[in-house]
Amino acid sequence: MKVFIDPPNSMILYDLVERFGHEPLSAMAAIQNKIDNIEVDMPPMNVTLDDVIRGLKYAGVEVPSGIRGRLAMWGPLIEQADAAVIMIDAPFSFGCVGCERSNEMVKYLIKRRGIPTVTVYYPKNEEEAETVVGQVKEFLEGLK
Amino acid sequence: MTIKIAQLSCGTEYSSVQYEIDKAARSVGAKVVYPDVSFEDINEAVKRFGFNPRSPQLKLMIARAIKLADKKYDADAVFITSCFRCAEAALVRNELRRFIQENTNLPVVTYSFTERLKAAQLLTRMEALVTIVTKKDLLARERQTGLTAGLDSGSSTTKAVIMQNNKIIGKDWTSTGDVVKSAQQVLENAMKEAGVEFKQIEALGTTGYGRFNLGKFYNAKLVQEELTVNSKGAVWLADRQRGEATILDIGGMDNKAITVRNGVPDNFTMGGICAGASGRFLEMTAKRLKIEIEELGKLADKGDWRNAKMNSYCSVFGIQDLVTGLGEGKSFEDVAAAACHSVAEQVYEQQLQEIDVRHPIIQVGGTSLISGLVKAVGEVLGERPIVPPNSQYIGAVGGALLSSGLL
Repeated sequence: MKVFIDPPNSMILYDLVERFGHEPLSAMAAIQNKIDNIEVDMPPMNVTLDDVIRGLKYAGVEVPSGIRGRLAMWGPLIEQADAAVIMIDAPFSFGCVGCERSNEMVKYLIKRRGIPTVTVYYPKNEEEAETVVGQVKEFLEGLK
Repeated sequence: MTIKIAQLSCGTEYSSVQYEIDKAARSVGAKVVYPDVSFEDINEAVKRFGFNPRSPQLKLMIARAIKLADKKYDADAVFITSCFRCAEAALVRNELRRFIQENTNLPVVTYSFTERLKAAQLLTRMEALVTIVTKKDLLARERQTGLTAGLDSGSSTTKAVIMQNNKIIGKDWTSTGDVVKSAQQVLENAMKEAGVEFKQIEALGTTGYGRFNLGKFYNAKLVQEELTVNSKGAVWLADRQRGEATILDIGGMDNKAITVRNGVPDNFTMGGICAGASGRFLEMTAKRLKIEIEELGKLADKGDWRNAKMNSYCSVFGIQDLVTGLGEGKSFEDVAAAACHSVAEQVYEQQLQEIDVRHPIIQVGGTSLISGLVKAVGEVLGERPIVPPNSQYIGAVGGALLSSGLL
């Protein structure tokens, strides 16, 4: 199944989803397409004006262009997701070093889709890390 | 009967605009109300809604919207408003609008304000909300009866139409100068074409910016804002009274995008950030190209906008792009096409994403006669809009049609 990960560029979540037999939907894949297609190997600086305009599907023109640009990349992934894994309370250096408004909107879009979702807290020690992996594993194994 | 408009807002108290909102509501016979919520309701509502804004007042907006959706608070319409330029509020505002429309039958309007609130535009929105609530039966009217007239006093042009037994028998338009004199002139010409005298006209309806002035002058049976009147005129002209449609009216000063179901508007957006997204910009373009505005469309049809790209949200800088293009030797055809494309793109970017566009799209108003603009709108939206005959007369036709319901 296609599983959206939030933060969308989390390597840990990507690895977990893949390890348990599902296809992770991540920012990396969306950016890879841009690198291949417009040959600007400097993600995410290869977001174009057209992308930002496409982002209007998710947020109005009064919303800053940076949010719309992000949503133009992540929105289509959320639309095709069968499930989602969300990690919250992560330090700023984990995942996308970016806009909190975009992050809020991503969580909202996932909620709107009504797909199976697991929300886990960023672990602060080894014991919590084991719990998180267990929660994600249980969720992913339960997906049919 | 006082119409209760539920206000879901953030920032109005400290932006000096709350008084203006109350005043606009009062002047159309409505009262602004605030759905009651308890402190405990708020966190629960935010969790249920799924968007967790940092701003406590936005959380309160969400809780109030949930009260309305659960029918635990009685209101007739909803007004959602927040500060212009706040990203979080813009996201919440749009999603709340969608939520209210999915979960209630209440008409809803959204608005983002600055401290310099445009009272006239706000009034039109409030008036439209009240009209949708109080005049549903009148708005459902599909046929014009008797001998009636409609006057549309717009920001750029004034239009008059005489209708009899569901047919247009006389019409005329002119540029708006003095509101009353312009109306007298077009009404006289329309009556001449119809072969009728003023004393024979059984009812007259006025709309547009000069509606109150004209309503008083002619003792009109109907004086109504242009959002509901225009949508009625548009579906009558396009023969789309049943089912759903989106009406797009790119005006001289502001733009309207209205969705209708069975001819009754249920969502609309009005305004635009700048003149770069209006008919005025095309007038300026025509002037710079030294052609009449009527010729601009045909010229644009022959050009390709990609050859003279314009990249501005502002009419002044838009014209600067155009002048630069001409200086570089771009053809008049390409520049005209680029101007039309720029307006269409801006209308799409600034307005059409505020409503859920429904098909077909009916393009009306004076600018719908500019074929290059219609083509550009079609390219941007991926579907060529329907332009009904007499599309510039929507307001006047709507006025004549609706006023016949008051006979």
